[in-house]
Order: sequence, then structure tokens, then C-alpha cells
Amino acid sequence: MASTLTRGGHRTPVVTADATTPAGRRVRGRNWFGGAAAWIWLVLIMVPIYWIVITSLKTRGTYFIQNPLVPPSDPTFGNYKLVVESGFVRYFVNSAIVTAGAVLPATLISFMAAYAIVRAGGRSRFLRWANSLFLMGLAVPLQATIIPVYLIIIRLRMYDTLAAIILPSIAFAIPLSVLVLSNFVRDVPRELFESMRVDGATEWGTLWHLAFPLTRPALATVMIYNGLGIWNGFLLPLILTQSPDQRTIPLALWTFQGQFGVNVPAVAASVVLTTIPIVILYAIGRRQLLSGLTAGFSK
Amino acid sequence: MSTFAAPAVRAEPGTSGSGGRSGPVAWMAAPALAMFVAFAVVPLLGVLALSFTSWDGIRDITPSGLNSWRAVLTDPQLPHAIGVTFLIMALSWLVQTPLSLLIGVFLAGRQRYRELLAVLYFIPLLLSSAAIAITFKALLDPNFGLGNGLQLAVLQQDWLGKGHLAVGVVVAVVSWQYVPFHALIYQGGVRQIPDSLYEAAQLDGAGRIRQFFSITLPQLRYTIITSSTLMVVGSLTFFDLIFVLTAGGPADATRMLAVDMYQRGFQATLMGPASVIAVILVLIGLGLALLLRRLGGGKPDDSQLEGV
Repeated sequence: MASTLTRGGHRTPVVTADATTPAGRRVRGRNWFGGAAAWIWLVLIMVPIYWIVITSLKTRGTYFIQNPLVPPSDPTFGNYKLVVESGFVRYFVNSAIVTAGAVLPATLISFMAAYAIVRAGGRSRFLRWANSLFLMGLAVPLQATIIPVYLIIIRLRMYDTLAAIILPSIAFAIPLSVLVLSNFVRDVPRELFESMRVDGATEWGTLWHLAFPLTRPALATVMIYNGLGIWNGFLLPLILTQSPDQRTIPLALWTFQGQFGVNVPAVAASVVLTTIPIVILYAIGRRQLLSGLTAGFSK
Repeated sequence: MSTFAAPAVRAEPGTSGSGGRSGPVAWMAAPALAMFVAFAVVPLLGVLALSFTSWDGIRDITPSGLNSWRAVLTDPQLPHAIGVTFLIMALSWLVQTPLSLLIGVFLAGRQRYRELLAVLYFIPLLLSSAAIAITFKALLDPNFGLGNGLQLAVLQQDWLGKGHLAVGVVVAVVSWQYVPFHALIYQGGVRQIPDSLYEAAQLDGAGRIRQFFSITLPQLRYTIITSSTLMVVGSLTFFDLIFVLTAGGPADATRMLAVDMYQRGFQATLMGPASVIAVILVLIGLGLALLLRRLGGGKPDDSQLEGV
């Protein structure tokens, strides 16, 4: 159900498994061991999340005297007010600009590259070489390139601007995007490409009118993944910006933590407030994300 | 635009199209290639070049030959940082792999509540490492955290103040963040195992545990390689989490290579030695990816990290 997209992007409906017994016919008896692990893990995931949410609604006074796992009797939004007054809106806008500014171009150029690699990668040594370069990018911890990136950004006179974060973010997003998207473009039936050609379509036209509609789910998945990574990115803003005006949310969280010190409820409120937008987006794009995960990595 | 040649010999969609030349299509890869070269490949070569210079991050860069290399390679901090890196890598692999396999196999069942579990499992992946580190730092605080609040002596330790405990906390937090992700990868992998294999095993009277070890595990071989590669290569880049959680401390106990690189370069402003660390980091990443690929053996076309 959640996963109609399977290995390497082959869109195989999972009807076979769903149409039979819903209890998963391959499994005889119950998987007690796995079940116990899964439920315990769920508790382990939820306790810190629950704790941070209820703590953010407590006053400093009640936080120190109350049992930390009991929700406050009179919840307060004072901590949220404090966070908003500490420049949260500015940081939020900065993060939004960086994320949109990096995700859209990164996905577009990765899609074009994936299309080219699938369409002509078999013949063109240039494209094969480009493809192996991108794949190499998956094995290299790109964080290790941060010092020269810093140097390049200084030389471009872009230090302490949002563009300084955007440019390397685009580059770092390319390898995985090209890999996932080319797996999907490869699934477009060859006959369709041929009929487009017979109709006299250009490659550019084929890209937009054939490949684009057919890979739209993969494009959405890639955008969500890149967006999540860039929205949550910490190292690039830490190194490439300096002034509070250019701060993005993860960096702002880190400075809030220093600023609020032992005011744990305020720290908690900053964590919750910065997470809410992503949770809302997750609620909307959940299906896309989970099925895309299966498509991108399984087997 | 292009003239069509005879269908290409290899039955891939990519090999049909304009015969012999790739010109008009190839340029479509140019923007991505240009960006990647400018901000990833050039820096990758640049980091090697910078390792032979000295630079404080502001003034001029001056060549200094092998000085940085000599300084780093004779510094006892280097084996320590490498040791911490591999310790955290190994422990987080050892903790995460069995757990995510177990949970992934369970999640592969088609019951609706398991779909719901998968939805909730994803939440840690939405949070930034900075947010997670800050949460756990507050949660584990010996004076203001959960332990003191609940008056539980077990929880009331100075988790981030003692070296071995801090390493344990890093591994635990990493697992908290990533076990669900790998569980979902395994869920996808298990769902692709043909039912016929299990039916045959049942006819042969194999029990659940036997089925797991004789069918599920071998069938998941490539999923395990993919997941392990992501874990291992990913563990080299736990910078955000460790930087916010412990800043490499206490007393360098969690100062892994990426943190060491940052502290040498941007705090001690020794970009030369920091670049040496970066080169070592890249070599370790490439080495591990190649090793895991070798372990995966055959079937290169299906590997998600082909070409690596």
C-alpha cells in the first residue's frame, strides 16, 4: 500500500501481496521477537519527543519542581513567545530561502543530467565519465571539502550571504539525485522515446513532455529528501556565515541553546518551534517520502 | 532533432536515440556537471593542494611543503581521532544493524498498524541533528534532566562528562536517529523477497527462525550491503551531532576526524593540518566504500552504489 514503488524504481504494484491475506501470508505464527523490538523502539522514539513538547509548555519554576514526564497543569506559551522574540521569524525565512533556492535548481539540473545519462550514456564517453564522477560523490564524505569551499566562497566575495550556503548545497545534492532519478528515467519504456522521436520532438521536448510527467513521483521524493537535508544542514551555515542576519534554523537553535542556558523550557520551545514546519510538511508529503525511500535504497 | 540509427545492440532505453553521437543530449548534463565540479570536485582536489600549504583562514596562503603532513602524522591526536572515528562507526553499526533488521522484518508485514508504526518511525529523520543533540543534552543533564527529575540513580550520571559514557551516548543518539531509516530500508528489501521461497520452505517444514536465517538473511544480502555502506560512510559525517552534543569532549573522548578537522581549521585556524585531516577522511570514505562493494561481490548493475 505505502509502497507501490519498488526496487530501482520499477513500478510494480504490490497487488500480489495485498490481495492475499492481509496478515502477510508468508509469515506463519507471530514474530514476537520483532514485534517486541518494534514496540520498544517506538517508545524509545516517543519519550524524548513527548518530553521536549511538554517541557516547552512549562515555566522555569514548574520545570524544576515537577516530575519531568508529567504534563504541566497550566501550560504556558511564554517560552514560544521568547523564542519568536529572539529572531525566530528571520531565521525561518532564511532557512526557507536557502532550501527553496537550493532544492529547485539542484533537482532540475540533476533531472537533466539523469535524462542525458539514460538516453545517451551507453554511447557517450563524456556522459559515462560524468556519471562515474557523480557516483564517486556518494562515497566521499563531502563535508571533508569544506575548507576549499570556504576559500572559494571568500574569493567569490559571498562569505556571510545565503548564496554561500545555497551553491555548495546544490552541488552536494547532485550525486544522490542523479542516481535516484536516472533509475526512474531508465524505467520509461523505450517505445515511448521512439514515438516521441518519430513525432519530431526534440530531446528538450521529450524531457519535458515524456520523462517529466512519468518521473514526477521520483522528482517529488528527491525534492523532499534534498529539502530535508538542506533545511536541517548545520555545517555549511556554521562555516559560511557569521552574522545573525544570515543565520538559518539549525544554527539559530545552537545559539539559542547558548543564549537560554539552563532555561530548559525555552530551549525545548526552540526545538519544537523549529520542528513544527517539517512535521506539517511530513504530514502532507508522507506517502511520497516513504515510498520514495523504498524506491531509492531497497536492494 | 537527431537521426535515428538502427536499434542499439544493448537492450537499454538509453542506447537508442541519435546514432553514434551524443551531442544534443550530452549538454543537458552540463549544468549539473559544472556545479558538481565547481563545488565538490575542485574542493576535493583543493583540499589536497591546501594540505601542502599553511593558511590561517584570513591572510595569504603560503606553500609549506610537507610541514602540515609531518605535524599531523606525528601528532598523537591523529591516531586518537581515527580510533574514535572507527570506534563510533563500529559500535553504531553493531547496534543499528541487528535492530533495524529485526524491526524491518516486522514492519514488512502488511497489517495496517505496522504502516502506522512506519509513519511514526520516520519522525526522528525529520529533525535536524542540532535539534536532536540539544534535546538529548537537556534530557541527560545530570542536574536538570530526566534522571534528576525522576530521582532515578541509574539515569543520574554525568552522561556527557565521562569519556566512555559520552561515546555510548553518541552511539545511542545516532541509533535513535537512524535505526528507523535503516528499518524502513530493510522493510522494502523484505517485501521484495518472492513469497514462493517462503512457501517452499514451509513445505519443507522450516520454522520461522530457520526461514529467517536461510531465506530472509541471504536474500537481503544486497540490502545489508547498501544499508551498511550508508551507515559506515555516513558515520564519517556525524559532525553536527557530535559538535552540538559534546563538541568532541569530554577531553577529546568523542573528537572524531570530522570534529578534529573543524577544530584544527576553524578554531585553531590551522587550515593546512585541517586539510590533511580532510584528505585522510576522504581516503577512509573511499576505502570503506570500495571494501563494502567488494564484500557485496557480483551483481554490480543492481547495486545502489555502482561505480563507486
